[in-house]
Amino acid sequence: MTKAPPGIAEETVLFFARGHRLQHDRVRDLWIVQAPEKAFVIEGAAPHILRLLDGKRSVGDIIQQLANEFSAPREVIAKDVLALFSELTEKNVLQI
Amino acid sequence: MTLPSPPMSLLAELTHRCPLSCPYCSNPLELERKAAELDTAAWSSVLEQAAELGVLQVHFSGGEPMARSDLVELVAVARRLNLYSNLITSGVLLDEATLESLDKAGLDHVQLSFQDVTETGAERIGGLKGAQARKIAAARLIRASGIPMTLNFVVHRENVAHIPEMFALARDLGAGRVEIAHTQYYGWGLKNLNALLPSREQLEESTRAVEAERAKGGLSIDYVTPDYHADRPKPCMGGWGQRFVNVTPSGRVLPCHAAEIIPDVSFPNVKDATLSEIWNISPLFNMFRGTDWMPEPCRSCERKERDWGGCRCQAMALTGNAANTDPVCELSPFHEQLVQSVEQSVQSLPALTYRRFSPGSSR
Repeated sequence: MTKAPPGIAEETVLFFARGHRLQHDRVRDLWIVQAPEKAFVIEGAAPHILRLLDGKRSVGDIIQQLANEFSAPREVIAKDVLALFSELTEKNVLQI
Repeated sequence: MTLPSPPMSLLAELTHRCPLSCPYCSNPLELERKAAELDTAAWSSVLEQAAELGVLQVHFSGGEPMARSDLVELVAVARRLNLYSNLITSGVLLDEATLESLDKAGLDHVQLSFQDVTETGAERIGGLKGAQARKIAAARLIRASGIPMTLNFVVHRENVAHIPEMFALARDLGAGRVEIAHTQYYGWGLKNLNALLPSREQLEESTRAVEAERAKGGLSIDYVTPDYHADRPKPCMGGWGQRFVNVTPSGRVLPCHAAEIIPDVSFPNVKDATLSEIWNISPLFNMFRGTDWMPEPCRSCERKERDWGGCRCQAMALTGNAANTDPVCELSPFHEQLVQSVEQSVQSLPALTYRRFSPGSSR
Protein backbone atom coordinates (compact mmCIF):
# COMPACT_ATOMS: atom_id res chain seq x y z
CA MET A 1 0.00 0.00 0.00
CA THR A 2 1.18 3.49 -0.78
CA LYS A 3 0.57 5.60 2.28
CA ALA A 4 -0.99 9.01 1.70
CA PRO A 5 0.83 11.94 3.32
CA PRO A 6 -0.86 13.52 6.32
CA GLY A 7 -4.03 15.37 5.38
CA ILE A 8 -4.23 13.86 1.90
CA ALA A 9 -6.37 10.75 1.50
CA GLU A 10 -7.87 9.04 -1.56
CA GLU A 11 -11.15 10.87 -0.96
CA THR A 12 -9.48 14.30 -0.53
CA VAL A 13 -10.43 16.92 -3.09
CA LEU A 14 -7.58 19.32 -3.77
CA PHE A 15 -7.63 22.56 -5.68
CA PHE A 16 -5.27 25.37 -6.57
CA ALA A 17 -4.97 27.98 -3.82
CA ARG A 18 -6.18 31.45 -4.82
CA GLY A 19 -3.53 33.22 -6.91
CA HIS A 20 -2.15 29.98 -8.39
CA ARG A 21 -3.04 28.28 -11.66
CA LEU A 22 -1.79 25.78 -14.19
CA GLN A 23 -1.12 27.22 -17.62
CA HIS A 24 0.33 26.05 -20.88
CA ASP A 25 2.94 28.52 -22.11
CA ARG A 26 2.41 28.17 -25.83
CA VAL A 27 5.28 30.49 -26.79
CA ARG A 28 7.88 28.31 -25.03
CA ASP A 29 5.83 25.10 -25.21
CA LEU A 30 6.08 24.50 -21.46
CA TRP A 31 3.67 23.86 -18.63
CA ILE A 32 3.89 26.39 -15.83
CA VAL A 33 2.23 27.17 -12.53
CA GLN A 34 1.46 30.86 -12.11
CA ALA A 35 1.92 32.09 -8.54
CA PRO A 36 2.18 35.44 -6.74
CA GLU A 37 4.96 37.37 -8.50
CA LYS A 38 6.53 34.24 -9.99
CA ALA A 39 5.86 31.40 -12.38
CA PHE A 40 7.52 28.01 -12.20
CA VAL A 41 7.96 25.36 -14.84
CA ILE A 42 6.58 21.89 -14.19
CA GLU A 43 7.75 18.89 -16.12
CA GLY A 44 7.38 15.15 -16.55
CA ALA A 45 4.14 13.67 -15.25
CA ALA A 46 3.22 16.75 -13.19
CA PRO A 47 1.24 18.63 -15.88
CA HIS A 48 -0.77 15.45 -16.64
CA ILE A 49 -1.61 15.12 -12.97
CA LEU A 50 -2.38 18.78 -12.26
CA ARG A 51 -4.65 19.28 -15.26
CA LEU A 52 -7.05 16.78 -13.66
CA LEU A 53 -7.58 19.04 -10.63
CA ASP A 54 -11.01 20.51 -11.22
CA GLY A 55 -12.30 20.97 -7.67
CA LYS A 56 -14.54 17.87 -8.11
CA ARG A 57 -12.28 14.85 -8.70
CA SER A 58 -10.84 13.26 -5.58
CA VAL A 59 -7.21 12.18 -5.29
CA GLY A 60 -8.40 8.58 -5.79
CA ASP A 61 -10.32 9.50 -8.97
CA ILE A 62 -7.21 11.18 -10.37
CA ILE A 63 -5.00 8.18 -9.61
CA GLN A 64 -7.54 5.85 -11.22
CA GLN A 65 -7.92 7.99 -14.31
CA LEU A 66 -4.14 8.21 -14.84
CA ALA A 67 -3.74 4.47 -14.24
CA ASN A 68 -6.32 3.86 -16.98
CA GLU A 69 -4.91 6.46 -19.36
CA PHE A 70 -1.31 5.28 -19.11
CA SER A 71 -2.09 1.57 -18.52
CA ALA A 72 0.23 1.67 -15.51
CA PRO A 73 -0.06 -0.10 -12.13
CA ARG A 74 -2.19 1.96 -9.72
CA GLU A 75 0.52 1.67 -7.04
CA VAL A 76 3.13 3.34 -9.23
CA ILE A 77 0.81 6.17 -10.26
CA ALA A 78 -0.36 6.70 -6.68
CA LYS A 79 3.20 7.15 -5.47
CA ASP A 80 3.89 9.95 -8.01
CA VAL A 81 0.54 11.65 -7.51
CA LEU A 82 0.75 11.67 -3.72
CA ALA A 83 4.35 12.92 -3.74
CA LEU A 84 3.44 15.82 -6.04
CA PHE A 85 0.25 16.74 -4.15
CA SER A 86 2.06 16.58 -0.86
CA GLU A 87 4.86 18.85 -2.05
CA LEU A 88 2.52 21.43 -3.58
CA THR A 89 0.20 21.43 -0.56
CA GLU A 90 3.17 22.07 1.68
CA LYS A 91 4.13 25.02 -0.54
CA ASN A 92 0.55 26.33 -0.34
CA VAL A 93 0.16 26.02 -4.11
CA LEU A 94 -2.64 23.49 -3.55
CA GLN A 95 -5.13 23.40 -0.74
CA ILE A 96 -7.67 20.96 0.62
CA MET B 1 20.02 35.30 -36.76
CA THR B 2 18.37 33.76 -33.71
CA LEU B 3 15.87 35.85 -31.81
CA PRO B 4 16.42 36.57 -28.11
CA SER B 5 14.31 34.61 -25.61
CA PRO B 6 10.98 36.29 -24.98
CA PRO B 7 10.29 38.35 -21.85
CA MET B 8 8.55 36.77 -18.84
CA SER B 9 7.20 39.91 -17.17
CA LEU B 10 5.74 43.22 -18.22
CA LEU B 11 5.88 46.18 -15.89
CA ALA B 12 2.99 48.37 -17.07
CA GLU B 13 3.49 51.83 -15.61
CA LEU B 14 -0.02 53.05 -16.31
CA THR B 15 0.53 56.54 -14.95
CA HIS B 16 3.09 58.61 -13.09
CA ARG B 17 0.35 60.37 -11.13
CA CYS B 18 0.39 59.44 -7.43
CA PRO B 19 -1.03 60.91 -4.21
CA LEU B 20 2.25 60.07 -2.45
CA SER B 21 5.63 61.73 -2.98
CA CYS B 22 8.15 59.17 -1.67
CA PRO B 23 11.73 60.43 -2.03
CA TYR B 24 12.92 57.02 -3.35
CA CYS B 25 10.27 56.64 -6.06
CA SER B 26 11.43 54.36 -8.89
CA ASN B 27 9.92 56.67 -11.51
CA PRO B 28 12.34 58.86 -13.47
CA LEU B 29 13.11 62.41 -12.32
CA GLU B 30 11.28 63.70 -15.38
CA LEU B 31 7.74 62.44 -14.77
CA GLU B 32 5.26 61.96 -17.61
CA ARG B 33 2.03 63.93 -17.38
CA LYS B 34 -1.57 62.76 -17.75
CA ALA B 35 -1.98 64.25 -21.22
CA ALA B 36 0.86 62.05 -22.49
CA GLU B 37 -0.57 58.78 -21.12
CA LEU B 38 -1.59 55.94 -23.45
CA ASP B 39 -5.36 55.46 -23.67
CA THR B 40 -7.26 52.26 -22.86
CA ALA B 41 -7.12 50.93 -26.41
CA ALA B 42 -3.36 51.45 -26.60
CA TRP B 43 -2.78 49.71 -23.27
CA SER B 44 -5.05 46.82 -24.34
CA SER B 45 -2.95 46.46 -27.45
CA VAL B 46 0.24 46.46 -25.36
CA LEU B 47 -1.21 43.62 -23.26
CA GLU B 48 -2.19 41.63 -26.36
CA GLN B 49 1.23 42.07 -27.91
CA ALA B 50 2.92 41.15 -24.63
CA ALA B 51 0.94 37.90 -24.31
CA GLU B 52 1.66 37.10 -27.96
CA LEU B 53 5.38 37.69 -27.39
CA GLY B 54 5.52 35.34 -24.37
CA VAL B 55 4.94 37.52 -21.31
CA LEU B 56 3.33 35.50 -18.50
CA GLN B 57 2.77 38.08 -15.79
CA VAL B 58 1.76 41.73 -15.96
CA HIS B 59 2.47 44.06 -13.07
CA PHE B 60 0.14 47.07 -13.13
CA SER B 61 2.16 49.81 -11.54
CA GLY B 62 2.73 53.55 -11.65
CA GLY B 63 2.74 56.08 -10.04
CA GLU B 64 -0.49 54.90 -8.56
CA PRO B 65 -2.22 52.60 -11.07
CA MET B 66 -5.52 53.10 -9.26
CA ALA B 67 -5.46 56.71 -10.46
CA ARG B 68 -6.39 55.30 -13.90
CA SER B 69 -10.17 55.01 -14.36
CA ASP B 70 -9.72 52.07 -16.78
CA LEU B 71 -7.75 49.81 -14.43
CA VAL B 72 -10.62 47.31 -14.03
CA GLU B 73 -10.99 47.08 -17.79
CA LEU B 74 -7.26 46.47 -18.27
CA VAL B 75 -7.25 43.74 -15.61
CA ALA B 76 -10.13 42.08 -17.47
CA VAL B 77 -8.15 42.25 -20.72
CA ALA B 78 -5.13 40.68 -18.98
CA ARG B 79 -7.28 37.86 -17.65
CA ARG B 80 -8.82 37.20 -21.06
CA LEU B 81 -5.27 36.89 -22.44
CA ASN B 82 -4.33 34.47 -19.63
CA LEU B 83 -1.78 36.95 -18.25
CA TYR B 84 -1.29 36.76 -14.49
CA SER B 85 -2.20 40.20 -13.16
CA ASN B 86 -0.54 41.85 -10.20
CA LEU B 87 -1.60 45.24 -8.87
CA ILE B 88 1.23 47.24 -7.31
CA THR B 89 -0.51 49.92 -5.27
CA SER B 90 -0.15 52.29 -2.34
CA GLY B 91 -3.74 51.39 -1.39
CA VAL B 92 -4.77 54.95 -0.58
CA LEU B 93 -7.32 55.08 -3.44
CA LEU B 94 -8.73 51.60 -2.81
CA ASP B 95 -12.32 51.17 -1.67
CA GLU B 96 -14.63 48.18 -1.33
CA ALA B 97 -16.49 48.76 -4.61
CA THR B 98 -13.32 49.10 -6.71
CA LEU B 99 -11.76 46.06 -5.12
CA GLU B 100 -14.88 44.04 -5.85
CA SER B 101 -14.76 45.11 -9.51
CA LEU B 102 -11.05 44.23 -9.72
CA ASP B 103 -11.77 40.85 -8.12
CA LYS B 104 -14.56 40.15 -10.62
CA ALA B 105 -12.31 41.23 -13.49
CA GLY B 106 -9.88 38.48 -12.43
CA LEU B 107 -7.11 40.26 -10.53
CA ASP B 108 -4.67 37.58 -9.34
CA HIS B 109 -2.57 39.33 -6.69
CA VAL B 110 -2.04 42.65 -4.91
CA GLN B 111 1.25 44.09 -3.76
CA LEU B 112 0.43 46.77 -1.20
CA SER B 113 3.13 49.23 -0.17
CA PHE B 114 3.72 50.64 3.30
CA GLN B 115 6.24 53.40 3.97
CA ASP B 116 6.72 52.51 7.65
CA VAL B 117 4.91 50.96 10.61
CA THR B 118 4.37 54.25 12.43
CA GLU B 119 2.06 56.99 11.20
CA THR B 120 4.75 59.64 11.71
CA GLY B 121 7.39 57.69 9.81
CA ALA B 122 4.99 56.79 7.00
CA GLU B 123 3.74 60.36 6.56
CA ARG B 124 7.26 61.75 6.60
CA ILE B 125 8.18 59.55 3.62
CA GLY B 126 4.88 59.43 1.70
CA GLY B 127 3.97 63.04 2.40
CA LEU B 128 0.25 62.27 2.58
CA LYS B 129 -1.70 62.85 5.79
CA GLY B 130 -3.91 59.94 6.83
CA ALA B 131 -2.29 57.53 4.39
CA GLN B 132 -1.40 54.90 7.00
CA ALA B 133 -5.00 54.42 8.17
CA ARG B 134 -6.16 54.16 4.55
CA LYS B 135 -3.51 51.54 3.81
CA ILE B 136 -4.51 49.46 6.81
CA ALA B 137 -8.15 49.67 5.74
CA ALA B 138 -7.10 48.64 2.22
CA ALA B 139 -5.16 45.64 3.57
CA ARG B 140 -8.19 44.47 5.52
CA LEU B 141 -10.42 44.75 2.44
CA ILE B 142 -7.93 42.78 0.33
CA ARG B 143 -7.62 40.15 3.04
CA ALA B 144 -11.41 39.84 3.22
CA SER B 145 -11.65 39.44 -0.58
CA GLY B 146 -9.30 36.46 -0.51
CA ILE B 147 -7.01 37.91 -3.20
CA PRO B 148 -3.42 36.94 -2.24
CA MET B 149 -1.51 39.91 -0.86
CA THR B 150 2.14 40.86 -0.49
CA LEU B 151 3.08 43.77 1.74
CA ASN B 152 5.97 45.79 0.38
CA PHE B 153 8.22 47.84 2.61
CA VAL B 154 10.96 49.96 1.08
CA VAL B 155 13.59 50.36 3.78
CA HIS B 156 16.28 52.98 4.34
CA ARG B 157 18.16 54.69 7.12
CA GLU B 158 15.03 56.08 8.81
CA ASN B 159 12.85 52.93 9.03
CA VAL B 160 15.32 50.06 8.78
CA ALA B 161 15.20 49.45 12.53
CA HIS B 162 11.45 48.72 12.29
CA ILE B 163 11.75 45.51 10.25
CA PRO B 164 10.53 43.22 13.08
CA GLU B 165 7.42 45.42 13.47
CA MET B 166 6.89 45.31 9.68
CA PHE B 167 6.66 41.52 9.84
CA ALA B 168 4.32 41.75 12.84
CA LEU B 169 2.05 44.10 10.85
CA ALA B 170 2.10 41.72 7.87
CA ARG B 171 1.09 38.77 10.06
CA ASP B 172 -1.59 40.85 11.76
CA LEU B 173 -3.05 41.88 8.39
CA GLY B 174 -2.93 38.31 7.01
CA ALA B 175 -0.46 38.91 4.19
CA GLY B 176 1.01 35.70 2.75
CA ARG B 177 4.14 37.42 1.54
CA VAL B 178 6.32 40.31 2.58
CA GLU B 179 8.89 42.13 0.52
CA ILE B 180 11.56 43.98 2.46
CA ALA B 181 13.32 45.97 -0.23
CA HIS B 182 16.22 48.23 0.56
CA THR B 183 15.97 51.45 -1.43
CA GLN B 184 17.51 51.18 -4.88
CA TYR B 185 19.60 54.23 -5.64
CA TYR B 186 18.46 55.44 -9.06
CA GLY B 187 16.61 58.64 -10.00
CA TRP B 188 14.89 59.96 -6.88
CA GLY B 189 16.64 57.42 -4.66
CA LEU B 190 20.05 58.53 -5.92
CA LYS B 191 19.09 62.18 -5.40
CA ASN B 192 18.41 61.23 -1.76
CA LEU B 193 21.30 58.80 -1.32
CA ASN B 194 22.92 60.80 1.45
CA ALA B 195 19.68 60.94 3.42
CA LEU B 196 18.58 57.33 2.90
CA LEU B 197 21.56 54.97 2.62
CA PRO B 198 21.84 52.81 5.75
CA SER B 199 25.17 52.15 7.38
CA ARG B 200 26.80 48.73 6.99
CA GLU B 201 25.80 47.95 10.60
CA GLN B 202 22.18 48.85 9.86
CA LEU B 203 22.25 46.65 6.76
CA GLU B 204 23.65 43.72 8.74
CA GLU B 205 21.03 44.22 11.45
CA SER B 206 18.26 44.25 8.83
CA THR B 207 19.56 41.00 7.32
CA ARG B 208 19.53 39.40 10.79
CA ALA B 209 15.93 40.57 11.33
CA VAL B 210 14.89 38.99 8.03
CA GLU B 211 16.65 35.71 8.83
CA ALA B 212 15.06 35.57 12.29
CA GLU B 213 11.61 36.01 10.75
CA ARG B 214 12.27 33.38 8.07
CA ALA B 215 13.14 30.92 10.83
CA LYS B 216 9.67 31.36 12.33
CA GLY B 217 8.00 30.14 9.09
CA GLY B 218 4.50 30.82 7.82
CA LEU B 219 5.44 33.91 5.83
CA SER B 220 7.04 34.01 2.43
CA ILE B 221 9.74 36.70 2.43
CA ASP B 222 11.49 38.50 -0.41
CA TYR B 223 14.54 40.45 0.67
CA VAL B 224 16.29 42.96 -1.57
CA THR B 225 19.60 44.39 -0.32
CA PRO B 226 21.21 47.70 -1.30
CA ASP B 227 24.23 46.79 -3.37
CA TYR B 228 26.26 49.84 -2.31
CA HIS B 229 27.72 47.81 0.55
CA ALA B 230 28.47 44.79 -1.65
CA ASP B 231 31.63 43.68 -3.46
CA ARG B 232 29.89 42.00 -6.39
CA PRO B 233 27.04 43.46 -8.40
CA LYS B 234 23.50 42.15 -8.64
CA PRO B 235 22.34 40.46 -11.89
CA CYS B 236 20.24 43.54 -12.64
CA MET B 237 16.82 42.63 -14.15
CA GLY B 238 18.22 39.11 -14.75
CA GLY B 239 20.25 40.63 -17.59
CA TRP B 240 19.45 43.52 -19.96
CA GLY B 241 16.57 42.60 -22.28
CA GLN B 242 16.39 39.03 -21.03
CA ARG B 243 13.33 38.72 -18.79
CA PHE B 244 11.69 42.08 -18.21
CA VAL B 245 10.05 44.71 -20.32
CA ASN B 246 8.81 48.01 -18.97
CA VAL B 247 6.30 50.28 -20.67
CA THR B 248 6.06 53.86 -19.38
CA PRO B 249 2.78 55.86 -19.18
CA SER B 250 3.44 57.45 -22.58
CA GLY B 251 4.34 54.14 -24.25
CA ARG B 252 8.11 54.16 -24.14
CA VAL B 253 9.50 50.64 -23.94
CA LEU B 254 12.48 50.12 -21.64
CA PRO B 255 14.57 47.19 -20.36
CA CYS B 256 14.14 48.60 -16.82
CA HIS B 257 12.44 51.59 -15.20
CA ALA B 258 15.68 53.59 -14.86
CA ALA B 259 16.93 53.09 -18.43
CA GLU B 260 16.05 56.57 -19.64
CA ILE B 261 19.34 57.83 -18.21
CA ILE B 262 21.24 55.90 -20.91
CA PRO B 263 22.52 58.49 -23.43
CA ASP B 264 22.92 58.36 -27.22
CA VAL B 265 20.12 55.92 -27.93
CA SER B 266 16.50 56.47 -28.89
CA PHE B 267 13.77 55.07 -26.69
CA PRO B 268 11.30 53.08 -28.77
CA ASN B 269 7.58 53.67 -28.30
CA VAL B 270 4.62 51.32 -28.78
CA LYS B 271 3.04 54.08 -30.88
CA ASP B 272 5.77 53.64 -33.52
CA ALA B 273 6.64 49.93 -33.48
CA THR B 274 5.32 46.60 -32.24
CA LEU B 275 6.46 45.28 -28.89
CA SER B 276 7.97 42.29 -30.66
CA GLU B 277 10.07 44.48 -32.99
CA ILE B 278 11.20 46.58 -30.04
CA TRP B 279 12.12 43.56 -27.91
CA ASN B 280 13.85 41.68 -30.70
CA ILE B 281 15.59 44.23 -32.88
CA SER B 282 15.62 47.73 -31.35
CA PRO B 283 19.09 49.19 -30.70
CA LEU B 284 18.08 49.94 -27.08
CA PHE B 285 17.24 46.33 -26.20
CA ASN B 286 20.30 44.97 -27.99
CA MET B 287 22.71 47.53 -26.56
CA PHE B 288 23.71 45.47 -23.50
CA ARG B 289 22.06 42.14 -24.23
CA GLY B 290 24.15 39.03 -23.62
CA THR B 291 27.91 39.41 -23.17
CA ASP B 292 29.31 40.71 -26.49
CA TRP B 293 29.16 44.37 -25.41
CA MET B 294 31.28 43.76 -22.32
CA PRO B 295 34.61 45.46 -21.76
CA GLU B 296 37.19 44.14 -19.29
CA PRO B 297 37.12 43.17 -16.47
CA CYS B 298 33.68 41.69 -17.32
CA ARG B 299 34.65 40.13 -20.64
CA SER B 300 37.00 37.54 -19.15
CA CYS B 301 35.13 37.16 -15.86
CA GLU B 302 33.78 33.74 -14.95
CA ARG B 303 30.70 35.42 -13.44
CA LYS B 304 29.68 37.25 -16.61
CA GLU B 305 26.68 35.04 -17.28
CA ARG B 306 25.62 35.13 -13.65
CA ASP B 307 25.64 38.85 -12.89
CA TRP B 308 25.65 40.14 -16.51
CA GLY B 309 28.10 42.87 -15.52
CA GLY B 310 25.68 44.27 -12.94
CA CYS B 311 23.55 47.29 -13.60
CA ARG B 312 23.97 49.51 -16.69
CA CYS B 313 22.09 52.43 -15.16
CA GLN B 314 24.25 52.32 -12.07
CA ALA B 315 27.39 52.25 -14.23
CA MET B 316 26.02 55.27 -16.10
CA ALA B 317 25.02 57.20 -12.98
CA LEU B 318 28.25 56.57 -11.08
CA THR B 319 30.96 56.30 -13.74
CA GLY B 320 29.49 58.30 -16.62
CA ASN B 321 29.64 55.35 -19.02
CA ALA B 322 26.84 52.78 -19.16
CA ALA B 323 29.15 50.14 -20.67
CA ASN B 324 31.51 50.16 -17.71
CA THR B 325 31.50 47.38 -15.15
CA ASP B 326 29.03 48.18 -12.38
CA PRO B 327 31.20 50.03 -9.82
CA VAL B 328 29.71 47.88 -7.06
CA CYS B 329 32.06 45.18 -8.38
CA GLU B 330 35.39 45.18 -6.56
CA LEU B 331 37.07 44.52 -9.92
CA SER B 332 35.81 47.86 -11.27
CA PRO B 333 38.41 50.65 -11.36
CA PHE B 334 35.65 52.89 -9.94
CA HIS B 335 34.92 50.67 -6.93
CA GLU B 336 37.15 52.59 -4.51
CA GLN B 337 35.35 55.81 -5.44
CA LEU B 338 32.02 54.17 -4.59
CA VAL B 339 33.32 52.94 -1.24
CA GLN B 340 34.42 56.47 -0.38
CA SER B 341 31.13 58.04 -1.39
CA VAL B 342 29.29 55.46 0.74
CA GLU B 343 31.46 56.41 3.72
CA GLN B 344 30.66 60.08 3.21
CA SER B 345 26.98 59.38 2.67
CA VAL B 346 26.37 57.54 5.91
CA GLN B 347 27.88 60.43 7.87
CA SER B 348 25.72 63.15 6.32
CA LEU B 349 22.22 64.32 7.24
CA PRO B 350 20.68 66.27 4.36
CA ALA B 351 16.95 67.00 4.03
CA LEU B 352 14.80 64.79 1.81
CA THR B 353 13.94 65.81 -1.75
CA TYR B 354 10.42 64.64 -2.47
CA ARG B 355 9.19 63.26 -5.78
CA ARG B 356 7.24 65.83 -7.79
CA PHE B 357 6.43 66.80 -11.35
CA SER B 358 8.96 69.28 -12.63
CA PRO B 359 7.54 72.73 -13.29
CA GLY B 360 6.99 73.42 -16.96
CA SER B 361 7.54 69.80 -18.01
CA SER B 362 5.45 69.07 -21.05
CA ARG B 363 6.02 65.33 -21.37
